Amino acid sequence: MQLDHLPLNQIALIRAIDWESLPDQEGHRLRALGFETGVTIEVLHKGILMWRDPLAVRVGRMTVALRTKVAAAIDCELSA
Amino acid sequence: MTQLPPLVALVGNPNAGKSALFNALTGARQKIANYPGVTVERKSGRASFADGRPVEMIDLPGAYSLDPDSLDEAVTRDVVLGNLSGHRRPDALLIVLDAGNLDNHLRFALELIAQGLPTVVALNMVDLAERDGLRLDAQALARALGVPVIETVAVRRRGLEPLMTALDGALKNPVASIEPVATSFGAQNQRARDIARSAIISEAAGRQWTRRLDAVLLHPVGGVVILLGLLFLMFQAVYGWSEAPIGWIESGFALLSDGIKNVLPNGYLRSFLTDGVIAGVGSVIVFLPQILILFLFILVLEASGYMTRAAFVMDRMMAAVGLSGHSFIPLLSSFACAIPGIMATRTIMDQKERLATILIAPLMTCSARLPVYTVIIGAFIPASSVGPGIGLQGLVLFGLYIAGILGAMLAAAVIQRFVTQSRTSSFLIEMPRYQWPRPRDIAINLWQRAWVFLRRAGTIIFAATIILWALLSFPKAPDGSNVSQVEYSVAGRIADGLEPIVRPIGFNHDIALALIPAMAAREVAVSALATVYAIDAADEDAAATSLGPKLSADWSLATALAFLAWFVFAPQCISTIAVTRRETNGWKWPIFMVSYLFALAYAAAGITYWTARSFGL
Repeated sequence: MQLDHLPLNQIALIRAIDWESLPDQEGHRLRALGFETGVTIEVLHKGILMWRDPLAVRVGRMTVALRTKVAAAIDCELSA
Repeated sequence: MTQLPPLVALVGNPNAGKSALFNALTGARQKIANYPGVTVERKSGRASFADGRPVEMIDLPGAYSLDPDSLDEAVTRDVVLGNLSGHRRPDALLIVLDAGNLDNHLRFALELIAQGLPTVVALNMVDLAERDGLRLDAQALARALGVPVIETVAVRRRGLEPLMTALDGALKNPVASIEPVATSFGAQNQRARDIARSAIISEAAGRQWTRRLDAVLLHPVGGVVILLGLLFLMFQAVYGWSEAPIGWIESGFALLSDGIKNVLPNGYLRSFLTDGVIAGVGSVIVFLPQILILFLFILVLEASGYMTRAAFVMDRMMAAVGLSGHSFIPLLSSFACAIPGIMATRTIMDQKERLATILIAPLMTCSARLPVYTVIIGAFIPASSVGPGIGLQGLVLFGLYIAGILGAMLAAAVIQRFVTQSRTSSFLIEMPRYQWPRPRDIAINLWQRAWVFLRRAGTIIFAATIILWALLSFPKAPDGSNVSQVEYSVAGRIADGLEPIVRPIGFNHDIALALIPAMAAREVAVSALATVYAIDAADEDAAATSLGPKLSADWSLATALAFLAWFVFAPQCISTIAVTRRETNGWKWPIFMVSYLFALAYAAAGITYWTARSFGL
């Protein structure tokens, strides 16, 4: 399931990240912020009003805000 | 031969509490300058070892890696690697780690340790980590990293002594780094997580406070209402809280002026001191309280961790004009002053977005415009109430801020579409935990801002005031002439030349006169008007009354409104143009910026004037 489709407050694992689809800079910053295969992730908040974009996600112990377009490149699976 | 004290660089991720630790170690003994060749702010200060030997500390910009995404990060890399010409390489690194974010912050620490400089790690904010149910084993971490690890709580000054002792030891007995230079980012991330796991003694589901607050502050509807409310409160406070201190400053200058009049005989020296120096510089210093209140709000929002939430809330709206939440923080800083605002754009990754943000930053109503707005609003808008706690004057001020914001949004949309031709923007940012802002850190910062403002008042504004006084005082109008002194002076004649150009937008001779020195700094427009009226005053009593009533007697309301509209858009301040040139490496963009802003200002003033006239104002 892509990160932008993950329901709120459901803990998941990053299965794969499609680095190719991301602009170099965003991929680089995503890595620097700790996005890697196997890391736990959770969507905490969705953006304002009708847009529900960007997302605030917990990755490891850190909270990161990112746009749904970038989130779509991150493949996750709900952990049991 | 004297030996330079050792140089220790504080380095770490943004939000690791680096600046708080730096403040705790160096106290108020700090120097702010720029790194050689770049405009990134360099904060340095002195600390001392237990036996009193001094050590120089620098606070490097926060970074996520030595492979930079932004100008700030590039400076950090260059200093750490010793590649910045004209800047010595640090003798040791003090890596600041957020204890509560160990798994994410450790990768950068590994990269830094691998550089082989003497290194000490400050495991900072351990109290917050414990509050969140996380207990760490600093000894295990030190063994895994091969460098000393000291637990600190910078804001409570905990762990500072052991930290300095460890630094002293690392400098005296450098040990070879056991950390291999990583093969890949991914491998380093993996190793960081393994080390973090081994150092964690126990953990609980954490960040309860931050999550609870975020549920409210990032609420899809409530979050927007709260942000708007905060901004409104901020602008009301700028007006409401500053009244009393402004009164004290005004009476102080009045006393000083009277004192001089009692001591000195009537003549050039007395006119120079009272009409020139005191009327000019005094009328600007009076705005120090408002500027400090504005900076206070911005610093508190920044230190509490709310600023990135505001960026989150604003991101989608900024995206509509081709920007992102990243631009929101520099633009909000520009409400205090466009110069730190423009410098703050360095954290924006996307270069086109950065350029667009720089170009619209001067449209945010900076504090230098407040003096102008305050005088005009005070003179022309009645101090009536339009609702509980909401004054009409405050409302008009709010409207001027909104006009600037709307102008900026419009300009951003046009610039991103036609000038930079950017198709996308991006938003990717760490959201730190909430924290109580520490009064001491806020106070140090406020003091630095106040000092910068006073230095400007003492130099640029002082010089502009003196030159203007001279231009207004000479040549002397002959006795019994029916031409006033201002009309007769050099300045009056220059303004004569400018007047036909600004007459169509409702500006009179005095305004034409004030616009020239206002190029140096916007707030000089006020002191220029004050000087004009002080010199032109028929007698002492008239000169003693304040500027407001004189303006309301002399100007039509339409002219006053046009003058306000002009200042919403005019680029005016030379420092902003200079910093834009430095940040964009050339004259192309500053020239573009000045041209489009002058065109906007002229059009806005003209439209305002003729609309107001058609309503009979």
